[in-house]
Amino acid sequence: MASEKGVTLLDFWVSPFGQRARIALAEKGVHYEYKEQNLAEKSDLLLKSNPVYKKIPVLIHDGKPVCESLIIVQYIDEVWSDKSPLLPSDPYQKAQARFWADFVDKKVFDCGTRLWKLKGEEQEAAKKEMIEILQLLEAQLGDKKYFGGDTFGYVDVAFIPFNNWFYSYETLGNFSIEAVAPTLVEWVERCKERESVAKTIYDPKKVYEFVGYLQKKFGVA
Amino acid sequence: MVASYEVRLFGMWASPAVRRVEWALQLKGIEYEYIEEDLSNKSSSLLEYNPINKQVPVLVHDGKPIVESLVILEYIDETWKDKPILPVDPHERAKARFWATFVDVKCREEARKAFHMEGEEKENSIENLQVQLKALDEELEGKKFFSGDHIGYTDLVVGWMAFWLGVAEEAAGFKANHEAKFPHFARWIKDFLQEPVIKENLPPREKTVEFFCAFRQLGGCGKMNQK
Repeated sequence: MASEKGVTLLDFWVSPFGQRARIALAEKGVHYEYKEQNLAEKSDLLLKSNPVYKKIPVLIHDGKPVCESLIIVQYIDEVWSDKSPLLPSDPYQKAQARFWADFVDKKVFDCGTRLWKLKGEEQEAAKKEMIEILQLLEAQLGDKKYFGGDTFGYVDVAFIPFNNWFYSYETLGNFSIEAVAPTLVEWVERCKERESVAKTIYDPKKVYEFVGYLQKKFGVA
Repeated sequence: MVASYEVRLFGMWASPAVRRVEWALQLKGIEYEYIEEDLSNKSSSLLEYNPINKQVPVLVHDGKPIVESLVILEYIDETWKDKPILPVDPHERAKARFWATFVDVKCREEARKAFHMEGEEKENSIENLQVQLKALDEELEGKKFFSGDHIGYTDLVVGWMAFWLGVAEEAAGFKANHEAKFPHFARWIKDFLQEPVIKENLPPREKTVEFFCAFRQLGGCGKMNQK
């Protein structure tokens, strides 16, 4: 692997995991090269940088790869520690942030995937579970400005990319997120005012089209 | 007035996730009170401290609960800075975290399937587990432990495979971890289990095999909650 100086991000446009890395880099004002990956035909660079999972996102910093989105966000926070800290400095608050980011990781994407991949009763069960998950997250947010408190932080970065998928979850599951978790929707709007988020979000209808493509691919639609 | 320990750990004797927290506490010389939980009849304290996952381990420090074993390990390392278990360099830390989530999520999932399933599904999981073991084996080339010359965070997390994987294999009648195929990993297991903190803090093997057999009969991970 070329030991070049600088930061490269191997990513795929619609990935909420890739977005986490993009948002973190933007929050820190880090200049980087974005390399869109073709996941149907993975590049040598991707395979060499992430031989275990062969997945995006991968952050390559001065030739050294970092894999797994939350690990990448923590890495970015530790290296560019002089600006916009994402994790709290207090160990207990840090532990809480790690727990909730891990919660988002384990619950939101998997449940969302079941929402578009399944039909009938199983889809209905996924929808109920998604509502529960969103309401738990809403309770955790409480009346704070962000999950991180007054400042945009680690859990916000972990969760906000999924807002692009909310339209898809709502349409496929036939429910309204605003109706079940209104405070969460307000939080989404607040986050979208931040440049780091505004720069990386894209039209939820485009995501919905992509989900449609996945459904055809998996023989669901 | 009841004497209250500054550090309390809610656990379950057979759980590798609990042991890894105990290993970390003992490596750092932290005194703690251990509370054994009956997971078929969870205490009100456990449910209060971990209302979302309702699982062990739960570390309670000065009355504040921390849950999820990997989160707990990082908390321990940040709070008691003596004898660090995570490296200082950010890239090394990222690698340590990478391997930890690899074994805790991916390897555990394949082992779980190999343990519970039969037939083709079992065979597939065993194959997948062996691909994972190969990756771990290669990672250990030229190193005594995952963390270098001394055991650290990654070793504590991979630790479940040094003991509990063998137990699972015996209880469910399969073999994935062949010494000849993964020699570095086999050597690591021997060295790891010789470390005093580890050696003195493992559940009794026969009892654990019996427990796993009984657990397999029940046929569900839902019956036991450990993280």
